[in-house]
Amino acid sequence: MPSLPGVGYSEEVSKIESRLEALRDLQPSGAAWKTVELARHQERPQTLDYIGHLFPDFQELHGDRLYGDDPAVVGGMASIDGKTIMLIGHQKGHDLKERQFRNFGMPRPEGYRKAQRLALLADKFQMPVVTLVDTQGAFPGREAEERGQAQAISRSLQVFARLLVPTVAVVIGEGGSGGALALALCDRVYMLEHSIYSVITPEGCAAILWRDAAEAPQAAEALRLSAADLLSFGVIDGIILEPGKGAHRHHGAIAKRVLRQIQAALAETDVLTPEARRDARLARYLSMGRFAETKA
Amino acid sequence: MSDITVEITHKGPDVGSPQPDLLPKGFSRCPSCDRPVKADALQAALQVCPLCSYHHPISASDRLEQLADPHSWRTVAAELRPLDPLSFFDIRPYMDRLQKAQDETGLAEALLAGRCTIGHRRVALGIMDFRFLGGSMGSVVGETFARLVARAVEDGVPLVVVAASGGARMQEGILSLMQMAKTVVALESLSRRGLPFISVLTHPTTGGVLASFATLADVILAEPGAFLTFTGPRVIEQTTREKLPPGFGSAESNFAHGQIDMVVPRAELKEGLAHLLALFEGGDTSGLEPVQPDKAPLSRGSRPFARALAGAKKLALSPRRWLFGGGQQD
Repeated sequence: MPSLPGVGYSEEVSKIESRLEALRDLQPSGAAWKTVELARHQERPQTLDYIGHLFPDFQELHGDRLYGDDPAVVGGMASIDGKTIMLIGHQKGHDLKERQFRNFGMPRPEGYRKAQRLALLADKFQMPVVTLVDTQGAFPGREAEERGQAQAISRSLQVFARLLVPTVAVVIGEGGSGGALALALCDRVYMLEHSIYSVITPEGCAAILWRDAAEAPQAAEALRLSAADLLSFGVIDGIILEPGKGAHRHHGAIAKRVLRQIQAALAETDVLTPEARRDARLARYLSMGRFAETKA
Repeated sequence: MSDITVEITHKGPDVGSPQPDLLPKGFSRCPSCDRPVKADALQAALQVCPLCSYHHPISASDRLEQLADPHSWRTVAAELRPLDPLSFFDIRPYMDRLQKAQDETGLAEALLAGRCTIGHRRVALGIMDFRFLGGSMGSVVGETFARLVARAVEDGVPLVVVAASGGARMQEGILSLMQMAKTVVALESLSRRGLPFISVLTHPTTGGVLASFATLADVILAEPGAFLTFTGPRVIEQTTREKLPPGFGSAESNFAHGQIDMVVPRAELKEGLAHLLALFEGGDTSGLEPVQPDKAPLSRGSRPFARALAGAKKLALSPRRWLFGGGQQD
C-alpha cells in the first residue's frame, strides 16, 4: 500500500512500540515472584501425587547399584494406554517428615545414577521415558561432592542424549539448574503454567549479583524463568495450563491435563525411527543459544 | 567474582588490595605462602610459586603459550560475539559487564578455541579464561565449544580443553543452562568418530561446566590445588551446617575420591598431554614420559622445575607476538 510522505509505517510502529513499553512498565511488579511462590507451593502436586492419580499399576524400582537409593528421585514402570513407560521424577515431599526423608527433592549422585540406570533399562526394553521435574537443584553436600555430584549430572545428560526411545519431560514445579536439567534433556519438554525453570534460584542469583538474597524477587524478574519466557526462548515445546487458581487446588484435574500432554507428545515422537528421533534431539540441543557473528 | 553461579574462594592475588605491600623491586608476595617471590623466577616457573608450588591462575593466552608448539596456533570460532537475550540488568547492565571483561582481557569471550600441535601432535584445543566473567558459560562459550568439537571431528584429531569456570552465566538465564546440554550433545560426534577427549581442570572449575563437558572426558587431569566442586563451599556450609575439612574439593581430594585420573603439576602438563596423545594415537611414545604420581612440591632443583625453567627460557626468547601474530584465523 502506498504511504503518504511523512506518514510512514515505521512511525506508526514506533508509536505502538512505545505504548507497549509503557504497558510493560504498568505490569504489576513481582509477577515473576508470585510464580516462584506458586511453583514452590507446599500443596502443589508432586511426582507421587501424579502417580497416585494416573498410574495405579506403577511399580517403583530402587537403587543405583553403586552406592544407595536416593528418595529424592522416584522411578519405576507404569503403563499408558497399554504401553509400558519408565517414569522418573523428583519428589520434594509435602510435610516436614516427608520433606526430610526426601531431602527436599534435592538429589545426591545416587539419585542421578538411579535415573540413568532406569533410563538405560527403559531403552533396553523400548519403553518411553517420562520425567517429572521438581527440584530446587542438586544437593549441596560434602559427601555428594565426594561421590561425584558433577559427574553424576554430566553423565545423566549424556545418557538422556543417547536414548533411542521417546522421552518427554514435564516441569511440574521448580526446575532448578543442573539438578533439573539432568532429568530434562528430552525430545519434548513442557512446563506447567505456574512452574519455573532457571539457571539458578532467584535467591542464589540475588546473593551473588545484588549481594543480598532479599533481592530475590527482582532477580526472579531478571532471570525470565516463567513458562511463557521459556516458550519464547524456544527452550520448551508448550505450556500446560493450570485449572482455577493453580494446580495446588486441583490435583486430579491437572494430572489429567499432564497425562493428555504426555500422550500427545508420545504419539508425535513415536512416528520417527529411533535413530531419527535421537538425532533430532541432538540437533535440538545443539541449536540452543543466542549469539552474534562478526564478519572476520 | 560476581558473575558466576557458585561463589569461588579465589586464592589469586587481590587486585584491589588496600595497603601497598612494601617489597623490593621485582618481587611480589605469594598469596599462598605469603613470602616474597622474585617476579622473573615466578615467570620462569610458569607462574608456579618456587617456594610453595602454589599454582597461580593464568590467562588463556599464557596457557596457550605454555601448551601449544610455537607458530602452530590457528583460531577457531573467533567470529562469535555475545548478545544480551534477556536484557539482563542487575546493579549493572550485562552489556556493560561484557564490555569491561572484553576490554580487560582482550578476549571476545571466556573460551579461546583453535587448532594447534602439542609436542608435534595435532589437536583441537580450548582454553577457558577465568578473568572473563568468572569463565562463565553462556551461549558463545557453548557455540565455540560445539564448533571446536566439529573442527576436531573434521580434522580427525583429539580434543583437549583446559577448563576454568564458575559455572553457567546467570545473565543469559535458561539459555546458559542449555549450554550444558549443548556441550554434552556436541561431544557425541567426537565419540562416534572414536576421537579422544582430554579434560584439564584448573582452579577453579565448578558448577555447570564441571557438570557438563568437563567431566565427560576420556581422561581427566587437574592442576595441583585446583578447586573442583559442583556447588561452592559457602553454599554447602550454609545448607548443611557442616564445617568442611581443609582441602575439601581440591584436585587432590577429587583424586583420592576417584573423580579424576591424575594431578599434574603445570611444569609437566605439556609433556603429560603429549604422552597421552601418543598413547591414544597408538604411535611412538619415545622421548616422552608418563606423568608420575609425584606428591613432592615443585622445589628448586627438582627435575620438573628444571624442565619448566628450560621451557620458560626458550619461550621467553621468542617474541610474545608469535602467539596471535603468527596465526591466521579461519
